[in-house]
Amino acid sequence: MATGNKKTRIIAIASGKGGTGKTTVAVNLAMTATVPVRLLDCDVEEPNCHLFVKPVIHKKSDVCVLVPEVDESLCNVCGECADFCRFGAIVSLKTKPLVFPDLCHGCGGCFHVCSREAIREVPYEVGVIESGMCGKNSQILFAQGRLNVGRAKSPPIIRQLKRELPGQSDPPARQGIITIIDAPPGTSCPFVSAVSGCDLVLLVTEPTPFGLHDMKLAVESLKQLALPVGAVINRVAGGSEIITQYCQSEKIPVYLEIPDDRRIAEAYSCGRIVTDAVADSKGLFERLWAAIP
Amino acid sequence: MGGHTMKEIVVVSGKGGTGKTSLMAAFASLAKNPVLLDCDVDAADLHLILSPDIIEKHIFKSGQEAIIRSNECIRCGACQPLCRFDAITRKNDAYQINKHACEGCGVCVSFCCSRAIDFHERTCGEWYRSGTRYGPMVHARLFPGAENSGKLVTVVREAARKTAGERGLDLLLSDGPPGIGCPVIASITGASMVVVVTEPTMSGEHDMKRILELARQLAVPYAVLINKWDINSENTARMETYALKSGAGMVGRIRYDRVVTEAQRAGKTVMEYNNSDIAAEIREGWEHIWDLLQKQ
Repeated sequence: MATGNKKTRIIAIASGKGGTGKTTVAVNLAMTATVPVRLLDCDVEEPNCHLFVKPVIHKKSDVCVLVPEVDESLCNVCGECADFCRFGAIVSLKTKPLVFPDLCHGCGGCFHVCSREAIREVPYEVGVIESGMCGKNSQILFAQGRLNVGRAKSPPIIRQLKRELPGQSDPPARQGIITIIDAPPGTSCPFVSAVSGCDLVLLVTEPTPFGLHDMKLAVESLKQLALPVGAVINRVAGGSEIITQYCQSEKIPVYLEIPDDRRIAEAYSCGRIVTDAVADSKGLFERLWAAIP
Repeated sequence: MGGHTMKEIVVVSGKGGTGKTSLMAAFASLAKNPVLLDCDVDAADLHLILSPDIIEKHIFKSGQEAIIRSNECIRCGACQPLCRFDAITRKNDAYQINKHACEGCGVCVSFCCSRAIDFHERTCGEWYRSGTRYGPMVHARLFPGAENSGKLVTVVREAARKTAGERGLDLLLSDGPPGIGCPVIASITGASMVVVVTEPTMSGEHDMKRILELARQLAVPYAVLINKWDINSENTARMETYALKSGAGMVGRIRYDRVVTEAQRAGKTVMEYNNSDIAAEIREGWEHIWDLLQKQ
């Protein structure tokens, strides 16, 4: 298996529709790699990779966004800050302005426009990033983000998680690392945050009308972002034409078809790695590695 | 009929792909005179089963995007460090704004000394009023890669309430988005009840706990349906215990059956497709949900 000289350095595993097997593909791809890999769980609303790879977490850090805090003694209630805010996150009443941190995008506009320097920016915790190691010989670098329940915005956590990607400044030993990103479902801001900057997006889908419809939405998004796409068709039983015909018309390569196998579903339900639980499935992911350019 | 008697049930899942939309479509066929909503505006699928006839189409505009007029830009570079979203890049001595990264805050627009940045309203999607064989439906489509799905959800819910008011209907039945973030919060805040459709897998269990916690924080009562329960009966039993302990008003089981996928391929609800055992379980689940709703 020649995975050492691949052009692809950052692979996002995504899908329009949820529950098509993104996490299964991401964790099994990581576990069958023969080159150094890093697994990033960017599905921060519902991160699930850890249930399968059971990482040892070494580091935990809070993710904060900057939100305004108003010093009442300096504020002259001019209302400039509230007029500026496009998100309704700061409202100027007759007394001091009221801040709604969950609506705040952290743009800093209110802070910049305040002529009395009555606004300072304070951190507001939205989630956490945990990093460590996983794999049989702790050979896989692992990191995941987790949105605090009740918080609305996941993109800041995803962006922070991806900032920790090994880059040019890393020691040469690290530059050979391939990064596997488990992306959130859908096609809107969290999805865009997770896939942007990747070398390849693998769309995991299933041969059903829902699977096809949501894959089309994801492909439309990825076209706008000008990202290369490949497909993995999961739960194939009695034909996958509904997807393969579409892929052919869009010139999307189908890298792998995974059969609809109750043993895989059962292994998944118990949090087991498919390639451990179902002996003959290892070849599937080796084939996928070989197909990735 | 006044808005005070209106009830709203939202079907959510936490984890995607648990069968939420298939069960929601089946409930649509069982509910008495519902107004139907698809709040999964990001990847809406309910229309594939309910085949709505669109009566009205509306443009959804939300927020703005900044665009630099390059002929007027003096290349001072002041905007770049002001942008908290890394949306401004310099390429061949010219500054550009990446529209996918721009959050439309307007900071660059306000602080550009040569006033060379335009601020346009952003068209993010469409929403529709439609008719289906089970009643009126309000649904939407967020454009690929667009933002503000939470606001579009709010638009859908407001339109559905209006439709219900006009027609004297008092039940809103909504297909919610996966996850626990902004579109989910927008979908369930203030609803009468959420129905969490989950599955007996480690991921399903993990995600169920998070969506139940969210519902609790938002003070929305909840019921839990464990779909495909027979895939792992041990997990099912543990999840049922957890759900009941955490205050679920009811917990039900729906078996695994390929009929669900076959019905989807045929563009039908499970109830329409054939009179199977799973159809009987769904009917029973809906009756329990309905009873619970009457007690709210």
